[in-house]
This record gives sequence, C-alpha cells and structure tokens, in this order.
Amino acid sequence: MSRTEQITIDDTDRLLLNNLQGGFPVTHRPFADVAARLGLDEDDVIARIRRMVETGALSRFGTVLNAPQLGGERTLAAMHVPADRFEEVAAFVNGLDAISHNYERTHHLNMWFVISSEDEADIQRTIDDIERHTGLPVLNMPTLEEYFVDIKFKF
Amino acid sequence: MAALTPEERDVLAAIQDGLPLVREPYAAVAHRLGLGEARVVEIITSLLAERKIKRIGAVPNHYALGITANGMSVWDVPDAVATDAGRRLGERDAVTHCYKRPRHPGWPYNIFGMVHGASREAVIASVEQIARDLDIARYPHDVLFSTRLLKKRGTRVRAAADDAGA
Repeated sequence: MSRTEQITIDDTDRLLLNNLQGGFPVTHRPFADVAARLGLDEDDVIARIRRMVETGALSRFGTVLNAPQLGGERTLAAMHVPADRFEEVAAFVNGLDAISHNYERTHHLNMWFVISSEDEADIQRTIDDIERHTGLPVLNMPTLEEYFVDIKFKF
Repeated sequence: MAALTPEERDVLAAIQDGLPLVREPYAAVAHRLGLGEARVVEIITSLLAERKIKRIGAVPNHYALGITANGMSVWDVPDAVATDAGRRLGERDAVTHCYKRPRHPGWPYNIFGMVHGASREAVIASVEQIARDLDIARYPHDVLFSTRLLKKRGTRVRAAADDAGA
C-alpha cells in the first residue's frame, strides 16, 4: 500500500465514525438528528465531520453508490503478470476507462482488478483487449452471489 | 446508466463528492439545483430504497486511520453449502465485502471475503478465528494481501446535462 500519514482522531470523532458509516438521515436537519441520538451538539458534529474531511480521515461525507443497481455491469478479474512486466502491464490496464480498481496482491495471480461499465459488452471487450495487448490470460470472476454486509470499520 | 431519471442523475451528481456540511444540507442541494427540498429528500429516499444508493454517511479513509492491511480471504467451499457459508461469513464484523465467484483451472476458491485490519497478523488471526467459529477451517483457504493499490475510482454518475453533450 502506498504510505499515508496516520491521522489521529479523538473519542468523539471515533463515536461519529463508528455510528455514521451509513444511515445518515434524509431529513430537514439531519446533523441535529444525529447529534440528538449521540448526545452531541449539532454544530460540533458538523465541525468535526468537516475537520475529518479536511484532514483526510474521511474520503468524503456523502453517498456510496451501488454500481449494479445503477444499470452498470462489473466483474472482478485476475491475472498472473511476470515480475519484469508488471509495471508495463499495470500501466496498460490502469489506462483503460472501464478499470475502476486495480490491486497488486500476494499470490501467483498477482494483479486483481475490477472492470466496471454501463455497457455489458464493454466488460468482455476490455478483457479481450487486455489479453490481446499483453498476451496474458485474464480470469474473469463475476459475482455469482453477493452476501449482505453491513459496512462496519471499527475505529 | 439508463436506470436513472435526469432529475435523479442531477441529484446524485450534485452530492456524489460529498454532502454540503451545513445544518440543512438537502435544502442547500435543492437550492443549487433549483428544486424544492422536499423533492430532493424524496428522490434520495427512493434511491436508497431501490439500493441505487448503498448508504449515506461517513466514508472513512481506513488507510489513513491505521487500518492498513487488506486481506482477501478465499475459500473452496463445496457448492451445496457455499451460499450458507457466504452468508455467515458476511455477517462477521471483520468482513467488509463477501461474494461467491466462479472457480477456474488452478483457482479452486469460490467464496471471497474481504477482511481489514491493523496488520497482516491481525487479519490472519481474524480469518483463523472465523474459520473456527464457522466450522469452515477444513475447507482449503488462503488470504491474498494487497501490496499496492494501482488504481481506484469510486462509482460515479454524470449529470444529465453532461450526458446530453456526450
């Protein structure tokens, strides 16, 4: 992983983080609703969230979209890329629009990426493109079932 | 993304990088789009109900907060019990994403569960704990750690106006 400076947060920030990874009210005064539930002050909640966005403790405060429900298609794919070709292949794969995530991982299959597109045909086209360009086989591992997970990083 | 109306698309495009951090965030969004607050609330509520929005809230940068190890636990579970194992795996606190995926020659694993932790040792300990608790330790499994994030972009939508020009 690329090194990121670790950020310190206090107990109240932690309380907010552990209780607000979803379920933010869609109401007239949502921060007041959250503050009342957690025994905090509305403006303090807003200020703390703003600070956590500014320091980078939060990537953002808002929506997480659900790609499949938006009519898009996505799949997970994996490749074995020889070490001496890794950077070249990574640059090619990352350069493709349909690639939304790409990770190097500790396995013989050492490159794992998500292909995501509004157009189903794009997925296969992208796989074909990568195989043709690199000469390496791509293992397509689309989701067959997704199990409901309540996101819950504990801080 | 034809599954969205132009109005829904505009609302999502307006909030996807973050809600306004003010006392009345939905009113602020409504004002920007020339809609009423009630309409914006209605649109967002229905997008949540349809699961087009997975959730609204704090999106932690878990790397910056010290949760730096990201392990993909993979399991070769017999097909007859794979769905049950996947469901139970997904219920565990340490598991943040959980899927069934196809096997391939040389890749026997069909159940994938992402496990995050403060260190690789912590992730491995939590995978082994899960294996014991769920009685799935006897199935072949492995943990693949990410050594580098090569690319990441979230799911995004285009505003209806941008779409018309595309």
